[in-house]
Amino acid sequence: MRAPSAPTPGLRERLHRAWDSDVAWSFRHSPVAIAAALVAAILLLGAVLAPWIAPQNAFDAASLNLMEGFTRPGELSAAGHVFLLGTDDQGRDVFSAILYGSRVSLLVGLASVAFSIAIGVTLGLAAGYLGGRTGAVIMRIADIQLSFPAILIALLVFGVARGLIAPQYHERAAIVVLIIAIGLSNWAAYARTVRGSTLIEKNKDYVMSARVMGRSAFSIMGQHVLPNVMGPVLVIATINLALAIIAESTLSFLGVGVPPTQPSLGTLIRVGQQFLFSGEWWILLYPALDLVLLALSINLLGDWLRDALNPKLR
Amino acid sequence: MTTPVLSVRNLRVEFPTRRGTLTAIDEVSFDIAPGEILGVVGESGAGKSITGSAVIGLIEPPGRIAGGEVYLRGERIDRLSGEAMRKIRGKRIGMVFQDPLTSLNPLYRIGEQLIETIKTHTTLSESGARKKALALLTEVGIPAPDTRIDNYPHQFSGGMRQRVVLALALAAEPELVIADEPTTALDVSVQAQIIALLKRLCRQHGAAVMLITHDMGVIAETADRVAVMYAGRIAEVGPVRDVIKAPLHPYTKGLMGSIPSLTGESDRLVQIPGTMPRLTAIPSGCAFHPRCPRCFVPCATFRPELQAEQTSQVACWLYHPYPVTAGIAS
Amino acid sequence: MIAYLLRSLAQAIVVMLAVALIAFSMFRFVGDPVANMVGQEASVTERQELAQRLGLNDPFPMQFAHFVRGAAQGEFGMSYRQGRPVRDLLIERAPATLELAVLSSAFALVLGIVLGVYTAIHRRGILANAVMSLSLLGVSLPSFLIGIGLIYLFAVELHWLPSFGRGDVVSLGGWTTGLLTESGRKSLIMPTLTLGFFQLTLIMRLVRAEMLEALRTDYVKFARARGIPERAISFRHALRNTMIPVVTIAGLQFGSVIAFAIVTETVFQWPGLGSLFIQSVQFVDIPVMAAYLMFVALVFVIVNLGVDVLYFALDPRLRGATTAPAR
Repeated sequence: MRAPSAPTPGLRERLHRAWDSDVAWSFRHSPVAIAAALVAAILLLGAVLAPWIAPQNAFDAASLNLMEGFTRPGELSAAGHVFLLGTDDQGRDVFSAILYGSRVSLLVGLASVAFSIAIGVTLGLAAGYLGGRTGAVIMRIADIQLSFPAILIALLVFGVARGLIAPQYHERAAIVVLIIAIGLSNWAAYARTVRGSTLIEKNKDYVMSARVMGRSAFSIMGQHVLPNVMGPVLVIATINLALAIIAESTLSFLGVGVPPTQPSLGTLIRVGQQFLFSGEWWILLYPALDLVLLALSINLLGDWLRDALNPKLR
Repeated sequence: MTTPVLSVRNLRVEFPTRRGTLTAIDEVSFDIAPGEILGVVGESGAGKSITGSAVIGLIEPPGRIAGGEVYLRGERIDRLSGEAMRKIRGKRIGMVFQDPLTSLNPLYRIGEQLIETIKTHTTLSESGARKKALALLTEVGIPAPDTRIDNYPHQFSGGMRQRVVLALALAAEPELVIADEPTTALDVSVQAQIIALLKRLCRQHGAAVMLITHDMGVIAETADRVAVMYAGRIAEVGPVRDVIKAPLHPYTKGLMGSIPSLTGESDRLVQIPGTMPRLTAIPSGCAFHPRCPRCFVPCATFRPELQAEQTSQVACWLYHPYPVTAGIAS
Repeated sequence: MIAYLLRSLAQAIVVMLAVALIAFSMFRFVGDPVANMVGQEASVTERQELAQRLGLNDPFPMQFAHFVRGAAQGEFGMSYRQGRPVRDLLIERAPATLELAVLSSAFALVLGIVLGVYTAIHRRGILANAVMSLSLLGVSLPSFLIGIGLIYLFAVELHWLPSFGRGDVVSLGGWTTGLLTESGRKSLIMPTLTLGFFQLTLIMRLVRAEMLEALRTDYVKFARARGIPERAISFRHALRNTMIPVVTIAGLQFGSVIAFAIVTETVFQWPGLGSLFIQSVQFVDIPVMAAYLMFVALVFVIVNLGVDVLYFALDPRLRGATTAPAR
């Protein structure tokens, strides 16, 4: 708890200020942003509330009835149930599968972005503050990360981790490894931005005086650089989130992502692909649609955010 | 009375923004006689550059000319189509910008850029255009033009680049040259050369000049008449000597008082209290009234128009009969 | 100029060595090379002999040097999974990937530039906005979905194009190409579109952004003030200046294309390096993984060098000594 140096504005006033700010204004006047936010919110809620709102626990094998397999969307199954979006080959309700699947996809996506931000911001602060050779080396590594395709980095990390971890732990570690792999492939953009801001702030007077007064450099940087950098970091984060979700689904589609016991949207698509050509299109289509809507709405929000925070565009 | 080369009447330029419409310049009127050099002076943000851009038709959308007229030798040009205006640009009105480095395309030789301009406005062949380009380079004082014509912009110094820019602006022999802060980006030692060159070239080619600058010294040396702008409006227009020696508008007086003088008067430099208002918050009535030492009854409510006073024109209630309304609080 | 090129070359070598270090570390420390190469019944002495032969008891720098020397000759040992020399696998599969990569890059570059210029010039047109919206969709669509969608439409429903494989290929020396047979060409269409699509949206948005930037510069403003026609401004001034960053970035992207081919090759069962790599990750086939890494790094480095040279040709500010500024 820090001692307040001036009366802090009440919550009501803060909300009022936020509503009036440029960013909120821009949001209210952009139908695309509102629509995108709505879609993203719905999908997010669906994923979060999956265990409560899904008609079926999609990945508990005991609750499945093989006889109900391949039911078309909206039609009656062999056991007399109606499934909103149909069932797959094992009688799994596609709707429930999507809810649980998007849960995994979002988990991996959000966690990897958080991981990327943690690494990127820290390295950026370090590179900017320490400068010199350390800073240069860090930035060089960042350059390399930026020029290497993320999927390659993620695959390498995943492959190496697989080799290092004993097979019996593969399944349990898979999600964590995946998060780390995707996180490691996307941190450089944050590092660059934060380093830039740090370099600017480093030389300002108040930093000097704070150091004279004995405050640690890192806490100064943290308190003053971070607020300045939040905006751009947020923009990068939204766009990165969409990329992370797509990366995860790609890796899962390729078979090197989440384990089969915790399928994500990518896994569902992989499964669905087999049945596409034999006519059971719904097994593929709905997970694919969910994925695209998720990525699209996040991208649109990211685009809007970037324009709204850009001082150059009136 | 010869037709003025340029005649601007009640020009208004607006910029729609998220929070409403911004008026950048408001009811601006002035004339420029053939061959005359009119200085347009004022602080940053006073609207000088916008006026220049509006005359040559280069206001960037969503900004637009929202009122008034611009006449070039008696013909109205502010409502022309894009193509018609393009033909005027370069050929009848030329413009020079502040930074010569960014004004030139770094990937093309200056010869190519000169020839491009010449061929756009004349029917000269490639070799004819090249000859003319060489002549222009000589005229602006570039040494060894035969070799330098094939150089790239980054191979010139700042002063030389601005000379090239002048050559480009004058290539098609315009009647009016708008110079927007032509020396601000140059070294002090080079500034005087460029201004002298500008003056000489325009006299020789018979072109009038609209010289936009915030540097009163340049105006004093070079201009015939001067227009003083404040907050998007013209405060005073008149012959240079008169405006400098005997300024009428209190703002002009303040400007003159804040210029250090070498002629011995050891008074303190007078600073005008306050700052020029932002375009989003222009005061009612006369825009200068909150800072004016002579502010009185009508100034806060009624906006003064430019009216003739001795040899100049001035927009100030001190010089004209002012309207009165009942019940004004002071 | 020579100094510039030498510097680029030196950087290239440093990058290759760094990547080699990573690849070698993978080789040495992930899994047990000996265990992977001999059966379970091998005795301890046999394993020790193998370790000695493989040089596993030598000091680290020596092993690394050995590795680098081998790598320079394309020698990466044997694939754990397939039991064949990695080198052979590389040679066999590289043409498939390279052909696909080059074709899709060309497609993306040409169409990307055309669309980018169009949407920049006609900023507010309906068609331009439609194209921009589609491009946003393109960034949100994972490429495997595009591949699946194309297969469904053109192979399953319309039966126009084959749904997997390269078709018939013709051998030319060590190279195999699908361009010389009809089935080969048909097989190339969908994978090229899939692989190139993401590139296309990237380049299109880049060209558009750069054009718009260029159209806002002072030299464009000055050109307009001189009465230069808008067409000349768009193509002679703005576009020319746009090309430099575009070519640079597009070039650098080529290395990524090779990597993205992993997904496309999997969807279309394309017998290239990408599908090989995925298998190697699934089975932890370290020699193949290491070799693939080196290959991609090599492509990167070569393309970078090429881009540096191109940059030089395009931007006069980099060439030669600037003449001493005259007053």
